[in-house]
Amino acid sequence: MLIELGFIDYALLIIYFVFVLGIGFVLRKGVGGTKDFFESGRTLPAWICALGFIGANLGAQEVMGMAASGAKYGIMTSHFYWVGAIPAMVFVAVFMMPFYYGSKARSVPEYLKLRFDEKTRGFNAVTFAGMTVMSSGISMYALATLLHAILGWNFHLCIAASGVVVLVYIFMGGLRSAIYNEVLQFFLIVFGFLPLVLLGLKQIGGWAGLTRRLGMVATTSGMPDGAWSHSWALTGSATTNPMGVEWFGLAMGLGFVLSFGYWCTDFLVIQRAMAAESMGAARRTPIIAAFPKMLFPFLVILPGMIAIALHVDGGSSAGFSLPVKGDSLNYDMVVPAMLAHFFPNGLLGLGLTALIASFMSGMAGNVTAFNTVWTYDIYQSYIRKNASDAHYLAVGRWATVAGIGASIACAYAAARFNNIMDVLQLVFAFVNAPLFATFLLGMFWRRATGHGAFFGLLTGTVAAAAHHGLSLPKGAEVGIKGGWLSVVHHYPSEMAQNFWTAIWAFSACFVATIVVSLVTKRRKSDEELTGLVYALTARAKEDGVPWHKRPATLGVAILAVTLVLNIVFW
Amino acid sequence: MDLDVRMPIGLMFSIFGVLLAGYGLFADHGIYEAHSLGINVNLGWGVVLLAFGATMLGFALRARRRAQRR
Repeated sequence: MLIELGFIDYALLIIYFVFVLGIGFVLRKGVGGTKDFFESGRTLPAWICALGFIGANLGAQEVMGMAASGAKYGIMTSHFYWVGAIPAMVFVAVFMMPFYYGSKARSVPEYLKLRFDEKTRGFNAVTFAGMTVMSSGISMYALATLLHAILGWNFHLCIAASGVVVLVYIFMGGLRSAIYNEVLQFFLIVFGFLPLVLLGLKQIGGWAGLTRRLGMVATTSGMPDGAWSHSWALTGSATTNPMGVEWFGLAMGLGFVLSFGYWCTDFLVIQRAMAAESMGAARRTPIIAAFPKMLFPFLVILPGMIAIALHVDGGSSAGFSLPVKGDSLNYDMVVPAMLAHFFPNGLLGLGLTALIASFMSGMAGNVTAFNTVWTYDIYQSYIRKNASDAHYLAVGRWATVAGIGASIACAYAAARFNNIMDVLQLVFAFVNAPLFATFLLGMFWRRATGHGAFFGLLTGTVAAAAHHGLSLPKGAEVGIKGGWLSVVHHYPSEMAQNFWTAIWAFSACFVATIVVSLVTKRRKSDEELTGLVYALTARAKEDGVPWHKRPATLGVAILAVTLVLNIVFW
Repeated sequence: MDLDVRMPIGLMFSIFGVLLAGYGLFADHGIYEAHSLGINVNLGWGVVLLAFGATMLGFALRARRRAQRR
């Protein structure tokens, strides 16, 4: 499928690039030292950090992947938001931000160093740095593949151009430049995709027309009538819903372990909140971000649901059909196919710019997190300890270049050896799965020790790998999908296997951390742990703060609205 | 150097709005029959973008004036 761009579309795209680079250019004068470059001087108001927080997370995997899931699984995809994001975002704001922002830590690994010990920090810093480079490489690869497929642009040129643009604006303006661009990208994505939803709903006859046709989608795939339009009703058994998961695995695996692990410990998002101007602003950041996040299902999942609904009778009555790959539908092409169908030249340029923006915000988020962790937690800790600030600033800038270079290498590795990237991604998933247990115990139990944390993390990672090696999703082959030790359990779907891998990893880490902590000596005094552990930290003063700006009030409000959404789409 | 982020956002969306709406006024109506259910989305959405951009610019300018007064 090829999209023909017109003069107007190119004009919009070029203007966007001028603004992206222009922001970096203007901000370069404000970078005087490492604090400006890596932490944006801790001067940003909450709403900017919040949109950066959400913009960095709103990568292309989100936009294209959630639309693909919307077509594949229907409204159940909303669990990734209303269960798998909002509660964790409120938790990190209310309970965890005081330790991140209030302590001397400049990064998440550095918090681990202050709270536990050097080896726990080192483990986290190295795996995190590897993961960011790989994610940004995969974004880059996906962008170049997509632009090549739909526009016929040169693959290598797309890789080079996206790398150079991101490099230039981060190199010049550092974190602030990345965050400003994420805010711009956020609005671009909202305004670029909203018309798609509106036009799609109009064609299909509104919500009523959509659910009627989704009923046809469900029955033709052998599921109950409401399988695509109910989020909870059919999760009593894994066989009656398209995701192939039951409610407990969903709530525990996705809603607790995976989502809290990501939103509460991933430096990529935490870094945005830590750039805020005050403790209050840092705590409000994830909560303000939760408001748009809560509404994103309507922006990114709905297009997928509309696409499959229009496609259901082979597209004959609606004039729209999804592209196929082999003998199944190519869900990854949902967004481009919808853009090509509904957007005329003009709006098409806007939609395409929004799509490219989403790839770049994901890349830039990873690169800024990488250069910070590399400089503070690896270079300054293990390579050169007492250099001048100007030296570390230069290291940070060159780490940006190196990070982009490594991303490009990853992009080509992904293009050439699909399997190596899949294996690496799996390994990182194992490392990540237990992380939240370590933070939870570290922040709320002062007796947790450095040895406990480190061996807990190792145990959790091994447990994740072992669980994956012993189980297999239905219909999959032994290998990268699991069962490589021996198959002792079959899961109804890959999703269910993922959720349960996370649950096992978390539990193993949680138990091992407690056991090892109890048998090892505590090395940090209460004094050293002040500001790092809940019981030893003074509650944030909120005397002068009006009620509508307090994190707890805002958090309860957002949870209540999320609950209502869950009930409405039950 | 203090750049108000609403300035570039406001400027870019205003330019986008003007271009899109302008294109909507002059482009052949056939493209809307072929894609967007016969609706001139370029004109309509261009106006929306312009309104958003102008609002952002308004906020940025107001903040700047206040800062200068101080």
